[in-house]
Amino acid sequence: MNIVVAIKHIPSIADDLPIKDNNVDFDSVDFVLNEFDEQSIEQAVLVKEAVGGTVTVIGVDLIGELDGVLHLALAKGADKAVKITGDDPAADSHVQAKWLAEAIKGMSADIIFAGVQASNDLDGQIGPMIAAYLDMPYIGGVSAVEVSGDTATVNKEFAGGFGAKYAVTLPMVVGVQAASKPPRYAPISKVRQVAQTVKIEKVAPSGEASAGLSFKKMAPPAVTGHAEMIGGSSKEVAAKIVELLKNKGLA
Amino acid sequence: MSNDVFVITEHMDGKFSDVSFEMVGKAKELASAWGGQAVSVVVGSGAASNVFSSVSTIQVDDAALNQFNPEAYGKVIEALVKEKSPRLVMFGWTATGMDIAAWLSARLAKPCVAYARDLCIENNALIVNSQVYGGKMIAEVAPEGDMAIVAVLAGSFPVEAGQGSTAATQIASPVALDGLKIKFVEAIKPAAGDVDITAQTKLVSIGRGIGSKDNVELAEELAAKLGATVSSSRPVVDAGWLPRTRQVGKSGLKVKPKLYLMLGISGAPEHLEGMKNAELIIAINTDKKAPIFNVAHYGATADLFEVAEAMLELL
Repeated sequence: MNIVVAIKHIPSIADDLPIKDNNVDFDSVDFVLNEFDEQSIEQAVLVKEAVGGTVTVIGVDLIGELDGVLHLALAKGADKAVKITGDDPAADSHVQAKWLAEAIKGMSADIIFAGVQASNDLDGQIGPMIAAYLDMPYIGGVSAVEVSGDTATVNKEFAGGFGAKYAVTLPMVVGVQAASKPPRYAPISKVRQVAQTVKIEKVAPSGEASAGLSFKKMAPPAVTGHAEMIGGSSKEVAAKIVELLKNKGLA
Repeated sequence: MSNDVFVITEHMDGKFSDVSFEMVGKAKELASAWGGQAVSVVVGSGAASNVFSSVSTIQVDDAALNQFNPEAYGKVIEALVKEKSPRLVMFGWTATGMDIAAWLSARLAKPCVAYARDLCIENNALIVNSQVYGGKMIAEVAPEGDMAIVAVLAGSFPVEAGQGSTAATQIASPVALDGLKIKFVEAIKPAAGDVDITAQTKLVSIGRGIGSKDNVELAEELAAKLGATVSSSRPVVDAGWLPRTRQVGKSGLKVKPKLYLMLGISGAPEHLEGMKNAELIIAINTDKKAPIFNVAHYGATADLFEVAEAMLELL
């Protein structure tokens, strides 16, 4: 079974996001793996462990720092890693999905995993777009996948614990919300080891697409309301919260 | 091309979601500015469709559409949109809308804006505000060309403006729905047995900032002292630290407790959807720019562990 995981390297939202020319100043931010891609990689490895095959992880190298992410995926059980030398930190989802679809085309993929969404999916997610470009069915919000022969059975989540089970004739694209088991941990020694032994394949970007959006502005949200901030040491904060709760009859 | 605005409504168990009505209300405003019509699109026959205030409602009926099926629904919507050429197609940025909006955008090579929380018209052109980067940024963008696809965050507009009684025009599927690769197998119901967080008056809610499964115990202790229950944001559940029954937010449950004490939750739009109507929201987070501080009533930039331990001593 040829299992492919399409990942997205995105600006970290743990830090401040500086603005330049109506967009994020990509030179001044750290890039991290989209959090849903961690789930997606895990789900791909779980499927491989269940039915056999190889897991290929592929992403667009936007800032020349994708190797670390790919090494981590390899240490977690992926077999091959491919980076598309996009070298454009502003490449939107349409552009990345097109490049990914073109690169995946020749891989005879049976099942393609992508994170269900990313925080910078302004123009939509890469998963359904890859499905459209490759003419495959797509289901997102998936939290369990079982493969048997040429059929995948997936659980899709709606909200509040409601969901639905679908049977899909492969090949397909799966948008992963959560892997059926929490992502495994890869020890740093193993990451170092794969970094020295596994070669990352490089692919030049191919294909053209555009989000078709012109940026007018990018800014932090206008503040309409703000919490009354409680200052002081942690102990003082705790005392004030307890007092507040007692006054309101909540403690 | 027409000046119409299509709203792809969504229903489950015979009931339309609030975001469907929210979008119809907004669509009426936009369509009238363009001199077009707001059209509600109902895919499948599982819900009474005469509930919208749009000028017209189209209901597509086919046995293959009885349950949500992204492939069948996608094909129907694509065929309708190709035939009618609306100027704008609105989806909910929801479990179902998210499966189709970006797919349709790539299929038709038309622009898509996700995470939308407002739409307006300036000089006859559509401007969309989108809440990206976990709610830390608002992008203001103008889709180019003659058709745009927008996926709207639930809770962005009032529900009432979309409510009405327009009778639907029933049509057969505009596209053949045989040979589908996706087949609906069965519905999944919520796991029973755990506490119902929607029925609790006090919640201590933990986010990624809790750091590890072992630390959940501290939140449990604090909740016990307060007579509260522990709930969480999605990453905590995805990591396996709490069962899915405890998840608050878009893909979890909507709660409205008297107290929502948040430890280490930044306040992404998906989480806010589930708790913004809580009566008293107190947020502890180390990031002073966390979006949650724009929503919480009280906040503190502090170490959640230190605050929780100090609270335990005082309670």
